[in-house]
Order: sequence, then C-alpha cells, then structure tokens
Amino acid sequence: MRANKKAFLTSFPFLSDLVSKTSSGSGILPRPMEILLSQKDKGYDLLSNEDRIQMERKELAKRFVKAENLYDPKHLEDRPSTGSKRLSVLNQPGLSIVTDHLIDYPAPVNINYFWSFGSLAGICLGVQIATGIFLAMHYTPHIDLAFLSVEHIMRDVEGGWLLRYLHANGASMFFIMVYIHIFRGLYYASYVSPREAVWCIGVVILLLMILTAFIGYVLPWGQMSFWGATVITSLASAIPIAGDSIVTWLWGGFSVDNATLNRFFSLHYLFPFIIAGASIVHIAALHQYGSNNPLGLDASVDKMSFYPYCFVKDLVAWVSFGIFFSVFVYFAPNFLGHPDNYIPANPMSTPAHIVPEWYFLWVYAILRSIPNKLGGVAAILAVFVCLLALPWLQTSEVRSSLFRPIHKKLFWLLLADCLILGWIGMKPVETPYVEVGQIASVYFFVHFLVFTPILGRLEAKYLRNLGKA
Amino acid sequence: MLSALRQTRKATLQSLLRLRACAVGGTRDVTVTAHQVHSHVVVQDCDSSSCLGLDLGSSSWGRGFGFSFSGFSGQQRMKSSLPMTGTPSTDDMVSYANESGVSPTNFALKHPTERISYDNSGGHERLAGDPSKRAFTYLVLTGGRFIYAAGLRLLVLKFILSMQASKDVLALASLEVDLGGIEEGSTVTMKWRGKPVFIKHRTADEIAEADNVNIGELRDAEADDDRCLEKKWLVLIGVCTHLGCVPLSDAGDFGGWFCPCHGSHYDVSGRIRKGPAPLNMEVPEYKFLEEDKLLIG
Repeated sequence: MRANKKAFLTSFPFLSDLVSKTSSGSGILPRPMEILLSQKDKGYDLLSNEDRIQMERKELAKRFVKAENLYDPKHLEDRPSTGSKRLSVLNQPGLSIVTDHLIDYPAPVNINYFWSFGSLAGICLGVQIATGIFLAMHYTPHIDLAFLSVEHIMRDVEGGWLLRYLHANGASMFFIMVYIHIFRGLYYASYVSPREAVWCIGVVILLLMILTAFIGYVLPWGQMSFWGATVITSLASAIPIAGDSIVTWLWGGFSVDNATLNRFFSLHYLFPFIIAGASIVHIAALHQYGSNNPLGLDASVDKMSFYPYCFVKDLVAWVSFGIFFSVFVYFAPNFLGHPDNYIPANPMSTPAHIVPEWYFLWVYAILRSIPNKLGGVAAILAVFVCLLALPWLQTSEVRSSLFRPIHKKLFWLLLADCLILGWIGMKPVETPYVEVGQIASVYFFVHFLVFTPILGRLEAKYLRNLGKA
Repeated sequence: MLSALRQTRKATLQSLLRLRACAVGGTRDVTVTAHQVHSHVVVQDCDSSSCLGLDLGSSSWGRGFGFSFSGFSGQQRMKSSLPMTGTPSTDDMVSYANESGVSPTNFALKHPTERISYDNSGGHERLAGDPSKRAFTYLVLTGGRFIYAAGLRLLVLKFILSMQASKDVLALASLEVDLGGIEEGSTVTMKWRGKPVFIKHRTADEIAEADNVNIGELRDAEADDDRCLEKKWLVLIGVCTHLGCVPLSDAGDFGGWFCPCHGSHYDVSGRIRKGPAPLNMEVPEYKFLEEDKLLIG
C-alpha cells in the first residue's frame, strides 16, 4: 500500500522532488514533515519496547550526522530538516529556535487570512518602536517646548513629517490589527483550553497597549493631550482613601504639568519594550499547542511547515496592510485624529468636546454610562476581568462558531455592540446617547457573563435531545 | 473523447504507414496532386517512429484530418516539402467536426488554429510548454522581491536621513554681516555655525606689516593675499588650530591674536608665528554681497 502510494506520487514530475526516495522513514511526506507522523503511521506501535527504543535511537541518530560523514553521498538523505546541513548556522543551539519556531513550525493547513493579523500586529509594534526612537531624537519633553518640537519635526527635520505621521497613524493601525485579532479569537474560540494562557497574556498586552497609547497621546502637548490626560488621570482619585494622594503622586504636582509630561515621556519609551517581551511570551504560549484553525478541530492530522506557506500568506497580508496604511499616511494623515490637538495646551480653557482617540471610545462609553465615578472605574476594570475570565466562562463542547449558529449570531451582536459603544463614546452626554450607551454597556457584560456560559449548556441539551426526538 | 478518438486514429494510421513502408520499401515518394493540396500532408522520410504521415488518398478517414493531426504532438512535428496551408476551409472543418461527433462550432472553438502545438506526453492533450508555469511564477515572485528591496531601501534611508541637519540648522548655516559699523583697526567677533568668527578691519600699516613677512619663515606658509578677498577685511574662524580654544584679539607678540590656553601667537593675518599651533587660523568661505555687506558660509 505504501509502495503504491509512493509510486503514484513519484509519477508526477513535480512531486517526486519532494517525496523522499530513501527507505528510511515512511518516504511519503517531505523529510521535514515526517516529524508529524505518529508511531502508528510508522508501524512502531507493533514493536516491543526494546525494538521501539532501538528505532528511536536510529531516528535520533539520523538527526545528528558525524562531521566526517557529512559530505559522504551515502549520508545525503540523513541530513536534518530545512534541507540545510548539520553545520548550518540555523541548526546551531542558539539559532535552532528560529528553525523550530519560524521555519519548520507546523501550522494547520486550513487557517484563513484572519490568522495573519497577529503578525500584522507585531509589524505595527516594530513600526511604532522604530519611528518612536527616531522621533525621540528630535522631541523635547518640556511643556514650553514640546508642541514646538513636534512642529520642528514636522517642518524642519528631514523626513520628520513621515516619521510623525507613521507613528500617529501606526498607533491606529496597531489597534485595528489587534481588535480584528481579538474578534478572530472570539469567533473561533481560540481562547478555549488548552490556549487559556495565550488569551490571558493577550489581554495583558491589550492593557499595556492602551496605557502606552494614552501616555503617548499626551506628549505633543496639544489641547486634547492635556485635557485627556487631566480627565483620565483624575479617575484615579476615585480610589477610596488613597485616591487623592495617588493622583498627586501620579501628576508629580497639583495638576498635569511639566513633571507629568517628563515622566510620561520616559514611560512611553519604556512600555513598548514590555509589550515586546509580553508578545514573545504570547507566542511561546501559543507554540505549546500550536495554532487553532477555523474548524476548531484537532489539526495535527494535516499541518504544513510555517515557511514557506504561512510566510507567503502573511506576505500578502503585509503588503495589503502596507497599502491600507499608506492611504492614511499619505492621503488622510489627520483623519483619525482631532483638530483640537493642533492647538497648544491651555490649562485655563477646556475645549467644548473632549474626546479620546477612536480606539478608546468603546471603553470611554462604558465609563460614562455609569453616573458614579468609582462605578465607572470599576466598570472598566470589570471589562478586563470579563475578558480574562472568558476561557473559563465558555462551557460549550464545540469550539468554533462555524458549528454554533446561535453563538455566531451572538458574536455579530457583540461586534455591533462594540461599534455602537464606540459611536456613543464620541457623542456628548445627552439623551438619547446616554440611554443607548447604558443599554450597550449592559449588553457587553451580559454577553460575557450570562450568554456565554448559558449557551454552552443550552447547546449540550439541544444536542442530547436531538437524538431522542 | 476527441483526443481518444485521435489516439486510435493515430495508432491506426501509424500501423497503416508501417505496412505501406514495408510494402513499398525504402523512401517513400512524394506524391502531390494539385487539387488535393489542402488535404494531403506529404511525407519525405518515413521512419515509423519519427514521423506521422498520412496518405489520405488511401485512408478511409476523409480529407479533413490532415491539418489537425499536425497539432497532435509538439514533439513530433511533421516534415513536409509543401508549406502548410493556412486556416482550413470551412467545409473541411465542418466535415471533420461531423466525423468526430462534435458540433462544428464546438470544433472550431477547440481548434482555432493549427499553429498551436500540443503535447501528448502526459497521456492527454495539453498545451506544449511548462505545465508547472514555473518560469512565470518565478518571474512574478522575483519581481515582487525587487519591489520589496526598493521599498525597504527607501524606508531605511528615510530613517537614517532623518538624523541629518534639519532645516532650521541649515538656515543658520549662512550669516550676513553689515560691515559699516566696524571701525578701522577694530576686530568684531560673531557666531557662525556654532563657532566664533573674527572680522578685522585692518589699517594700511597692518596690511603692509602682513605683506612684509618672509613667507619661507612661516610654519604654515601662506601669503596674506591668499587669505583675504579684500586686504582691508580679514575674516577668520576664531578657533586655535592647536586644541580648539578661542584666541584673544589684539594680543600677542605679533600684533594679531594670542591663545591663552597654550601660548600660540598669531600675526596680523592670522598666521601662526610662535607657539604649539600647527596651522594658520582657518579662513571660512565668504563673499561680498555689497561694498559693506559680507555673507559668510
């Protein structure tokens, strides 16, 4: 049977190169993919324990060829994976991590383009760090000079306008990529066991991103920068007993002033590297079990090597992202921003409508829905608690929404709810916006705390009764 | 289905040819009759493995086959002494279509021209050429890589060049000086590109003194004429060429400048006369915009 399969495969001229021609291994899959064959496929399950140990020793020996045998034609097929030689740079102990996690890494074959948003988010982080470092060469974090230094960057520094617009729009792009990435996780339930750690670290990254973006927006020292900082840092005064002391400590004074700006600059430089570290842990946690796939089923039956397949798919996503990003940077660089931030900060005069950047609007809406100050802060904390608890709130035995029609509809309802919250966030606190915002905020919590757990049980009951009726 | 039909026909014809070759022996003769030019394909050298030829007069398959069989195997192009006729007549195509059981329209669509060569080596008829389209694919991919390289180069350059002198720095690169206010015999110090510049309004005596020096005696031999555009005005970068201190004006043993750091003496033309400095004080690039206006840098 196996011989026939090999003969069939090798009859195609273009496939015969990929199929291993030696008798070692199963000889059906390309050499790197033989690691995915189970013991049963290789016929090892029928061996006795001693024989099995022998076979494993032989397999290991294949991966380590003695240097003097390396160029012996007899050992040609025994060279380790990636088609590279034992002495290749990528197979050395330090860099083998690149081979194991980026090149030979097995990925499910059926992942769609929504799986590219993770790497896109990583690219956005890289863009932000690179542009940020070069912007910091020209920026001055003093209240009298900050606004002017930003204009100096825009007008005098060579390519400064590009650096500034890449950084400002890059932040928006970063949030778009991450939000789509999160919604992918919600739809296909990638957060479910055994990937709870991946999800939780992701929520931590989101929190760090929100903090970093908020601090970064203060730095240009425009009207929105100043008043946004004042409003949000004042939230800390809601903390009982120590609230006011904490806020004074945070400000380094009696209001948002030079001390605040200086420390914000330092923290804004620091946080992205913490995000980078968390991202590495995020990927490490993912690689424990491998990626999820749109079907939500066990993908180990059919996987492909990350390079070149996922690389080339991601490349398409990256180029498309580049085009999307370029439209904003070159044709509408201030579309996502607020014109009031081009007015230098004036502590004596508050603008008529203080609005945070678009990516904060949904949280802002939830905050404002609760008339109580401490309640609003507690609601924001509750949002993150809900997100963190999600893997344990999920009770369904079915993972992907593809096979859960009710959950699918609830997912779209949640997405609509988040968009409504975002829209409410930019509206003034008046009827009917207040009421709509309150309903939307309540639904947000109801979705995670009520619908998600109940739905799993409902589905189980329905499936059980299906056979009976 | 059509190709299967053709296959059997081809096999039959080939066996027919072999029979004829055996019967006749040696090279076949070329037989062409004028009225059969369209439908005859003539064979010069009949080797049963290398050519596929038809003597349609003896075949029972009809006249229309000749042109289409030429397209069967790209590897087995027919050799003929007569040029291939162009597009066959409509009658030929219709008759062939009828014989192969396919409508004339369908047949015409599938065989638009005899100039397309087909390859039968894979077991079915397909276009001759690279089935994997490897060449095209590699071209597209490589073209993409050139574009990525260009984009990457541009991005890197934008970042590196952002560290270059910004426009406000470049704007201060030139300095305009109004010379009207400087009295004869006095020296004025101005800031240019972050460094002091000495502008000395020299008297006639000082000019004569500068010219009377034996140039061979100087550490850094330079004539006074080479150090100024107009003898009346001496423009120097006020930085000692020893280790960078700013020399004092109207000081020293030679009527020019004296550097207090390590004791270098400069004369009335700014040339080093005594002390550790190796070179004369540098003369910057400057020009006269008007009689009394200087542009330095």
